[in-house]
Amino acid sequence: MGLEDQAAVKRVADEHGSGVVVLLGTPDAESTQTLAQTVVAGDPSYAGPLAGVPLGLPVFHVFEPEVRDQVPIDVYEAQVALMEMSLDRDAILAGLREARRAAAATS
Amino acid sequence: MELRGKKVIALGERDGVPGPAVAECAKRAGAEVVLTLTACYV
Amino acid sequence: MPVIRAVSLVLAHVPSLVRLGSKPLRVLREVEQPIEYLRPHLRDWNAARAYAPNQVFIGNVGVDELAARPTPWHRHPIAGAQRFGPDGEIMPEDEFLGLLATCDGFDLLALTGEVADRARSTLDAHPVVGRESGRPAVPAGVGTAVLNERIARHRAVPLVGVDGRLLGAMLPGHEEDDTLTGQVLLENLACKATAALALRHLLARPGAIAATDVRYVINCGEEAVGDRYQRGGGNVAKAVAEWAGCARATGSDVKAFCSGPMHALMLAGALVRSAMFDDVVVVAGGSLAKLGMKFQGHVKHAMPIVEDVLAGFAVHVARDDGVSPVLRLDAIGRHEVASGSAPLAVMKALYSEPLERVGLTLLDVDRFSLELHNPEATEPAGSGNVPLNNYRTLASLAVVEKLITREGIDDFVRTRGMPGFSPTQGHIASAIPYLGHARRGLTEGGLTRTMFAGKGSLFLGRMTQLPDGLSLVLERNGARPSTA
Repeated sequence: MGLEDQAAVKRVADEHGSGVVVLLGTPDAESTQTLAQTVVAGDPSYAGPLAGVPLGLPVFHVFEPEVRDQVPIDVYEAQVALMEMSLDRDAILAGLREARRAAAATS
Repeated sequence: MELRGKKVIALGERDGVPGPAVAECAKRAGAEVVLTLTACYV
Repeated sequence: MPVIRAVSLVLAHVPSLVRLGSKPLRVLREVEQPIEYLRPHLRDWNAARAYAPNQVFIGNVGVDELAARPTPWHRHPIAGAQRFGPDGEIMPEDEFLGLLATCDGFDLLALTGEVADRARSTLDAHPVVGRESGRPAVPAGVGTAVLNERIARHRAVPLVGVDGRLLGAMLPGHEEDDTLTGQVLLENLACKATAALALRHLLARPGAIAATDVRYVINCGEEAVGDRYQRGGGNVAKAVAEWAGCARATGSDVKAFCSGPMHALMLAGALVRSAMFDDVVVVAGGSLAKLGMKFQGHVKHAMPIVEDVLAGFAVHVARDDGVSPVLRLDAIGRHEVASGSAPLAVMKALYSEPLERVGLTLLDVDRFSLELHNPEATEPAGSGNVPLNNYRTLASLAVVEKLITREGIDDFVRTRGMPGFSPTQGHIASAIPYLGHARRGLTEGGLTRTMFAGKGSLFLGRMTQLPDGLSLVLERNGARPSTA
C-alpha cells in the first residue's frame, strides 16, 4: 500500500472506531499478504504512517466464499467474476491466510 | 463475518478488482463504505 | 481511413538520474550519499544496451524471440547488441545530457565544461540529431565553482554522476514558484528531450516527410508543464515541434494518464480523416519521476535497477497511402462514463464492443498490445506480472463470450499476447512499445489485425474514482474489402 493510502486508512479507521473492516481486491498472493499485514499488524516495510501501528482491522478478500455469499449474485457477476476467473484465487486466499496466521502468532 | 452494518474500507487494485467494484459488493451486502481506494503500482 | 505511416521508439540510458526519480528521492532523503548507495545496482550503458527487453523496444529483437529467451533477462545479455534498431536507439547518458542542454532555452541547466565538451563532440556526429539536423548547439560548460554556488545559494538541483562527480546543475525557473523548481523543470526537460529525439528519428526514416510538412503535433506525455497559476498549462507539443524544426506545425497536449497516447492517436486519425491536416504527429517523452520506481525490490534481490532508461516515441498519422497499416476509426473502443469500474463492463467496452461493431470478434485479432511493463522491473517489488494479468483477463473475457474454453486461456495468452518488455514509463508502457513491431508485421510480416489498448488510472488524481481506457484496431492495408 502506498504511503499516502496508509495515511487515509489510518485516519478513517481512527475516525470510525469500531465496526470497521477492510475488503481487498488485490490481484496476487504477495500484494494480498502485504496489504493484509499492513492493516492488521502495521506496515511491514516500516516506511509509512502505519509503521508500528497495529490497527488490528478484520481483513477479507472479495474472492472469499464468505464474502461472495453475502453479495447478490448478479452484482458479484458484474463486479468480480471476470477477475476471479483470470486471477489465481487459491494463491490469493493462501496469501491472506498467511497474513492472518502471522497476525495471530504475534498478538 | 457479516458485512451488514459494518463500515468497509474498500482497497482495490487497477489490475485486480478496482476499489469502486469492491465497494459496490460491500454496499449491496448491506455495509456502509467509508473509504474507497484503487492502487496502481505502475 | 488514416494510416500509421511511421513509428519511432527511443530510450535514453540515464543511470545518474535514477537518484532523482520520485521514489529514490523520497526513500533516500536521509542517506547522505544516495549515489553511493545506488551505485552497486546501477548498470553501465553496455549492460543496458545488451538488455533483451531494451533491444525489443528499439525493434532489433522480436517479442516471440524474447519469450523464448532464458530468464532472468538481466543475466542473459544479447551478444553483439546494437545501439540503433529499426525503431530507434538507446542513447548513452553522456550524449543525452548534451541533448537535455540543447532543449533548455532558458540556460537553467548547466553542465561542467568536460561534460559539455564530450557531449558536443559525440552529439554533433549523431546520425539523427547531429549538427546538420538544425537543432540548437550544446552550450558551453560552466565551472564547478559556479555550479556549486548555484547549488548552495540558488537552489539548483545537482546532477551527480554514478562515479560521484558533479556533472551539472539545474536552476529553478523562479525563486518562489513550486511548479518551476529545478527538479520539476528537469523532469519536464527530460520529457521534452526524449520526445524530441523520437520525433527526429521519425523524420529521419527513409521516405519520411520533411519537418516543415508536419502541420500538427499532439503530445501525450504525462508531465505537467506550467507555472503556479496553471500547473498543467502545457504545451510540450509546441516546444518539441520547435526544437525538431517543424516550422509550420502547431500542436497541443492531450492528457489522460496512461491512456493519453491512445486518445492522441485517435484524435490524430480524426484530424487526418476530416482533412483538417494531412500529416499529424503524436509524440511523448519519458518520465524522470518514474526512474527507479521499484528500486527497493531490485536492491533487495541484488539485481540491477532496470528502471534506468527514459523512453520516448513518435508516430506519423497520415492519409491512406495504400501500404501502411490502417487505423480503424470505426472500431475505437471507449471506456465511457457509464462503463464505470466493473472489470467486465470495462473489458467489454474496450475489446468486444468495438470489434462487434465492425463484425469481428476477439479471435479475429492476431495480437493484442496491452500493458507492456517489464515484469523483471515489477515482480521483485511485489507488483506482479502486469502484462500477464491483463492478458489473462482478456482471455477470460473470451471465455465469457464463449469464444474459447477455460482450458484455452493459457494458449490465448501465449499466442495473442506477449511478454512485457517496456520500462515502467507509464503512458509509454501502456501498449505503445509494440507499435513498431505491429507496423512491420502488418506490412512486411504475417499479421492482419492488431489491437492496442491503454488504461489510465484517473483515480490517482483524486478528481474521479473512474479509470479510463481507449483501444484502437490497426489493420493491414486492404485487409477488408471496403476501406472507406
